[in-house]
Amino acid sequence: MQHATIFGGFGGQGLLFAGHLLAQAAVLEGRDVSWMPSYGPEMRGGTASCTVIVADHPIGSPIVDAADSVVALNPPSLAKFEPILVPGGLLVLNASLIEAQPQRTDRDVLALPCTALARISGDDRMVSVVALGGLVGRTGIVGADAVRRALSDLIGVKRPDLIAADLAALEHGLEQAGVLQRV
Amino acid sequence: MTTSTPDSRRRIYTRPQTLVDRSTHFCPGCGHGIIHRVVAEQLDEMHLTPRTVGVASVGCSVFLYDYLAVDVVESPHGRAPAVATGVRRVRPDAFVFTYQGDGDLAAIGTAEIVHAAARGEQISVIFVNNGIYGMTGGQLAPTTPLGERTSSSPTGRDARQAGYPIPITEMLALLPGVAYAARGSIADPAWIGKTKAMLKRAFEAQLAGEGFSIVEILSTCPVGWGLTPVESMEHVARDVVQTYPLGVLKDRPQARTANAPEG
Amino acid sequence: MTGSPELLAAPTPLAQPIHPVLMKGNEAMAEAAIQAGCDAYFGYPITPQAEILEWMARRMPELGRTFVQAESELGAINMALGAASTGARVLVSSSGPGISLMAEAMSYMAGSELPMVLINVMRGGPGLGSIGPAQSDYFQATKGHGHGDYRVPVLAPASIAEAMALVADAFELAERYRTPVMILADGVIGQMMEPVDPTYRTPPRRSADWALTGADDRPPRAVRSLQLQPEALEAHGRRLQAKFATIAECEVRWAGEQLEDAEIVIVAYGTSARVARTAIERAREDGLRVGLFRPITLWPFPSAALSAVAADRRAILVVEMSSGQMLEDVRLAIDGGFPIFFHGRTGGMVPTPGDVVEAARQAWAATGPDDEPDPLSLIELGERSSVVTR
Repeated sequence: MQHATIFGGFGGQGLLFAGHLLAQAAVLEGRDVSWMPSYGPEMRGGTASCTVIVADHPIGSPIVDAADSVVALNPPSLAKFEPILVPGGLLVLNASLIEAQPQRTDRDVLALPCTALARISGDDRMVSVVALGGLVGRTGIVGADAVRRALSDLIGVKRPDLIAADLAALEHGLEQAGVLQRV
Repeated sequence: MTTSTPDSRRRIYTRPQTLVDRSTHFCPGCGHGIIHRVVAEQLDEMHLTPRTVGVASVGCSVFLYDYLAVDVVESPHGRAPAVATGVRRVRPDAFVFTYQGDGDLAAIGTAEIVHAAARGEQISVIFVNNGIYGMTGGQLAPTTPLGERTSSSPTGRDARQAGYPIPITEMLALLPGVAYAARGSIADPAWIGKTKAMLKRAFEAQLAGEGFSIVEILSTCPVGWGLTPVESMEHVARDVVQTYPLGVLKDRPQARTANAPEG
Repeated sequence: MTGSPELLAAPTPLAQPIHPVLMKGNEAMAEAAIQAGCDAYFGYPITPQAEILEWMARRMPELGRTFVQAESELGAINMALGAASTGARVLVSSSGPGISLMAEAMSYMAGSELPMVLINVMRGGPGLGSIGPAQSDYFQATKGHGHGDYRVPVLAPASIAEAMALVADAFELAERYRTPVMILADGVIGQMMEPVDPTYRTPPRRSADWALTGADDRPPRAVRSLQLQPEALEAHGRRLQAKFATIAECEVRWAGEQLEDAEIVIVAYGTSARVARTAIERAREDGLRVGLFRPITLWPFPSAALSAVAADRRAILVVEMSSGQMLEDVRLAIDGGFPIFFHGRTGGMVPTPGDVVEAARQAWAATGPDDEPDPLSLIELGERSSVVTR
């Protein structure tokens, strides 16, 4: 099994962090994983992206020409990454920012009001964590509990004040994916 | 090494231990021989030789290791202050000096000297300024005084064409990392003595962790200048000092740089 | 550099964790150097390697070791030269434009026989180029950098775990042979994260009877490259060349994957080799028997091994993130044996597995067992790549 996800959005929407969370969750499950960011000037205010591949075997190319899932947090990243989604792949959209409809029909769409749900969770910055909840809930790339533990690993020590909001955002995403939480 | 000295005579002058007993490759009347000797005397008097790493630069003084009995690392042209930084940072017990000419320090190595000074590196810089590139055949140096003829300013340095001489030691003295900056000369015995005292103070500044220290020494290049050795000394004492006044430019014994290695 | 929370663990995670940990390539290489006993690091910010500098800025002072952010790459590598002359274990890192500035001191250090490890996290060139990942400095690393007649071992990691191991190996090689050693990584290796087993290796220290420690009860020492007498410099050069010959004989490294039955052998290093690995899986699903020959030492290049591996194959396909630099070494190794094809992307673009599969397919199609390939043919593979036969 190998699953490649591309996260795209504005710098500051936390998409690198969401990708890191997914990667850390995969590590906790004993999987191989690669996390490859776009880097450089585009990180400083423009559109950024990262590619996370989770696999049950050693990963070859960390760069993909086709994504199994795309998480688009802003309109430019929908336009950029929708074309390389595999047929039947999952498109997670931040419906709070993206009004345009996807062009393709051969895919699963999960349109989440990520920004709104992040606000409900207690912190506007958790947009990407909501989206990650949707992605994980719908695809099962990794287990939800691994993501919760990954959250604890990555920010539990440094920013314990953010844990509650992050967890709430994750749960909102999981719920919206229409999947029961796994304990 | 004299083996017998009649009781009636007192030996007042001998070769310093740190000065290797050999003929130099320097031209007649070149100032490097005097400066090498003064540096060696000062290292001996402060018992620094066993802990010294000298940094040789590119130019006529490149063969420093042939004449001074200290450990020496050769650096690329202009980079001696960076090389010295590396030595001193990993060997805080070492005494580290660079020996650089004017082309090395004030042209190709300006960035390295300015930033070593700005960082307040605990090194001592011996800056030999004769206003000419001696080794490559007597071309214009950044420190060549206006009007001076060189092989690349054949009608004399013209500011409109070649700009102005750089008073780089004065510039460095402005930097907070610099503990001591002075300009001496080897043009006459009195100034040789004063210059040696400047070296002593500069070395002390390093040993006390006060910061970066530099002694600029006005020197000669009889061959490059087309003068006799005696005329060359007179030229320094009479003319060059008009562009580069002698004296202590900065002495700040009390201050220590914020990140100075202890000791 | 990111807008996300601090991505990596606190600076004291060195009690060995049980699980693999995610590490970014640049930070993993920096920590590997620290654990290898690196005494001093000197650097200057440049993308895509700035995280090495930042990691060292935090870690080295914690450990009481030397860190200086220099005024330029010239300053950084000359500080390294000075520190190395005292016998210290020294690391420097940069990317293409900075490596060009460091070329001068590389030559001096090779001539003065000073050990040092230099990491180049390659970006696109020439000139300021781009910050995207590239393999455009192969010539510079293996044939060039500074002036003069010398060689420098070059190690090319294809994963973060391998990059960490190679950093320790590089220190060992540098000290064994008294030479600078270069790690040639690229923006992908530097920027990506992978799980790594956080076990490190510290090469043993060798006695350095040449190091400048002060002439205390011993004759003075000089670390120098200058030999003005032609006879002396020629003798010095011969000694250096003998050393390079020993390295070329003893230190060659490469790895092979799925070579047993391969008809097409892809030759690729670093990130290109990772892309090739995925391409090979796909090609084999389609019945195309493709294998990978991956040089780990770029100098010394594994010429003899490649020549042996290539025997009786249908074709060689070289894949690089350049316009064909390692390709020249492959041609020298094969020495006219049979067709060599090339697929390259440049400017910060990375070959995709699909492109490489297509290149392999075309190489296969152009070399039917009954057809003699036209030695003059030049086949364009779409707008991005070319396939050439020798």
